[in-house]
Amino acid sequence: MAIEVRDVNKAFGATPVLTGITLDIAAGSLTALLGPSGGGKSTLLRVIAGLEQPDTGTVTINGVDATRLSPQRRNVGFVFQHYAAFKHLTVLRNVAFGLEVRKRPKAEVRARVRELLELVHLEQMADRYPAQLSGGQRQRMALARALAVEPEVLLLDEPFGALDAQVRKELRTWLRRLHDEVHVTTVFVTHDQEEAMDVADEIVVLADGRVQQVGRPSEIYENPANPFVMGFLGPITVLNGQLVRPHDVELSRTPVDGGVEAVVTRIVSLGFEIRIEARAGGADVWAQLTGASARALDVRPGDTLYFRPAATANALTAVPV
Amino acid sequence: MARLPLRVLALLYLLLLLVLPVVLVAWRTFEHGVGAFVDALSTPNAIHAFAVTGSVAVWSVLANTLFGVGMAVLLVRHRFPGKRIVNALIDLPLAVSPVVVGLALILVYGRFAPVGGWLERHGLQVIFSLPGMVLATIFVSLPLVVRAIVPVLEELGEDQEQAAHTLGASRWQTFRRITLPGIRGALGYGVVLCLARALGEYGAVAVVSGRQVGQTQTATLFVEERYQNFDTGSAFAVATVLALAAVLILLVTKLLRRKEVL
Amino acid sequence: MTALPLARRREFRLGTGLGLGTAVLYLSLIVLIPLAAVVWRSTDGGWGGFWTAVNRPDSWSALKLTVLASAVVALVNMVMGTIIAWVLVRDSFPGKSIVDALIDLPFALPTIVAGLVLLSLYGTSSPLPVNLAYTRVSVGVALLFVTLPFVVRTVQPVLLELDRDMEQAAYSLGAAPATTFRRIILPNLAPAMISGAGLAFTRAIAEYGATNLLTGSIPLKTQVAAVNIVGRIESDDPTGAAAVSTLLLAIAFVVLLGLDLVQRRSARHG
Repeated sequence: MAIEVRDVNKAFGATPVLTGITLDIAAGSLTALLGPSGGGKSTLLRVIAGLEQPDTGTVTINGVDATRLSPQRRNVGFVFQHYAAFKHLTVLRNVAFGLEVRKRPKAEVRARVRELLELVHLEQMADRYPAQLSGGQRQRMALARALAVEPEVLLLDEPFGALDAQVRKELRTWLRRLHDEVHVTTVFVTHDQEEAMDVADEIVVLADGRVQQVGRPSEIYENPANPFVMGFLGPITVLNGQLVRPHDVELSRTPVDGGVEAVVTRIVSLGFEIRIEARAGGADVWAQLTGASARALDVRPGDTLYFRPAATANALTAVPV
Repeated sequence: MARLPLRVLALLYLLLLLVLPVVLVAWRTFEHGVGAFVDALSTPNAIHAFAVTGSVAVWSVLANTLFGVGMAVLLVRHRFPGKRIVNALIDLPLAVSPVVVGLALILVYGRFAPVGGWLERHGLQVIFSLPGMVLATIFVSLPLVVRAIVPVLEELGEDQEQAAHTLGASRWQTFRRITLPGIRGALGYGVVLCLARALGEYGAVAVVSGRQVGQTQTATLFVEERYQNFDTGSAFAVATVLALAAVLILLVTKLLRRKEVL
Repeated sequence: MTALPLARRREFRLGTGLGLGTAVLYLSLIVLIPLAAVVWRSTDGGWGGFWTAVNRPDSWSALKLTVLASAVVALVNMVMGTIIAWVLVRDSFPGKSIVDALIDLPFALPTIVAGLVLLSLYGTSSPLPVNLAYTRVSVGVALLFVTLPFVVRTVQPVLLELDRDMEQAAYSLGAAPATTFRRIILPNLAPAMISGAGLAFTRAIAEYGATNLLTGSIPLKTQVAAVNIVGRIESDDPTGAAAVSTLLLAIAFVVLLGLDLVQRRSARHG
């Protein structure tokens, strides 16, 4: 295991931020720490980096107990949400920083920096200042800078959070490809489940300072450990006290066993799918069907339909609110 | 990062340079009791000096406030050729030594100078008299109100004023009802700074006033003259009053600035 | 701009013109013309007369002392000012806000009172075993007092705004705190430090009131330029006074120009 976190607890004043975190991160993997804002993911990342100290617990990096080591000694690369670019240095000097601080010979520094700038496609920008770069370019520079010193672990704190949606998607793909080339153990923090599912090998879901579930994206989506995880990773609707995916809802015009009677309030066309919203008792329910299935039913607003989880659906018992 | 040594160094420096000297003066002032302090302040010359300082301050603050508000509005809300030059010129007084200010005013408004001579023939003595001292004080504190207002005016933006215009308000009404309330805090801050500068001015008025005791002597000039005449009691007494005024003004500016931030 | 009725638009321009005219008149009568008169008067004897006046032993000595002392003081307060700003921003201790308020005291205190204040502690009748009266060092002490707030107040806001992430990025890349300070923090503070030092310098060369009492203003020894100028005015030599004044103005102008260039350069780095 590249990173072993054992029973880490941390509180800021009286507020607990991390509770009993125990986690293993495999070497060479690309792991996402996923969760809502304030859930503790950034704090956990910073504890691993040494930028924060846990109150109790240990952090081991590649077999070495790093819990009390300063960030300088952990050989961990860190990329910040707002780039943390050295404003007064050129892109070249930024990327070279870690190597210069280690007093590497100039020729070696130059070669390595050039190699990295080519890797992130910023060779043309070597003599520019960060202020002259776009957000996406700055973040690529930050990555190159972190990789320059060949860290054992690469940590990214919401790396694409400050970027436009389009740039975010591009960089997401780019990060995946970069990881496939460089194979450094990488952990990144995000609150975007689509991003986590798209990029990561493994997802760690964190909420309220606790680990909710760990697993591959498909596992977590299909077999969520609790209602929170289920709701966070995808759309849900509640039928008879059970959480079900809207795709897994069967509709029929006639009453069925275990079905919930509901009056259709709205039919929304989402292009390839149709969403049917209805009201059952005092609650809203909805289902998502392919266009063909919806046409077969010939639904209108005001119709009464029966909603029931499909036999193959993975339904979870909802936790009473 | 070497926290304690830095803290000690900084505090020691401030203690030796700032705190101890001021405390010592306060100590010396009240050495002979509060009675002596009050007596020293009640001599006719002392009272007159305070009066002179007061009237000079009032006139110069008034003038610079009017100028400051008008100039700030012009700079921020209007376009005109040479704006950058005017902007730079406003800051000019900060770079000029007060004694040079005095010399400059003498050369133009002195009895043997063109403008000054003409004025004197028509009954207005500028140099060695109150008007000259007011001019000198205006000079040294000129930028203060402008510079306090400009950033706030920029932050406020023109939208509200334009909305008022579309609703039919004249320019004066807009200014009085929309702009002025918006810059109230900054204006207060600028006025207080201007007042502090006016109360404390020494070099420029020293040159321009002729230092005539009981006539054109400000509180600051009084302090110096009494000290030179070995009347340390009076000198220290008035100096302490001026220092207390300075501290008071400091507190007021802190309060005003905090209100701005909110 | 929204389309206002034609009458209103013309009113704007007239109003602007009137207001501007008044403001420019005010500026001219009080600042521009008098200053121009000083420079004009200094040319009364041509270039030769100017340099003779400035070169008079007492004036030249005063100018040298003033510029040298101001430069030294600006540098000392650049270092101490930065340290004080650092302590005010990064450290915390009881009474810190009082200390923060105290920094502005030299701004608020009349210069003659400052002189009296320093005389009490560092002059002949001081309770401390120190007597700097009538020495050149005393000029430095007076100027240190007067210029204390400048660097502190220019560096403080920059320190407050400084992106802490940059320091942490440097740590994660292996830089020790001292290295990080030298390579990351200091370069970002430098423009503010230089700006503050420049302002302190221009303030110091202009100083009059604080130096008189403690230094005794002995010609050729502890007399600063401003005192020399007053001396020449009072001894009925306005041309000589104007010459020394013009030189002082020129020095201040050059320094301020340099500061502007430094500001522009640092603005480019964002």
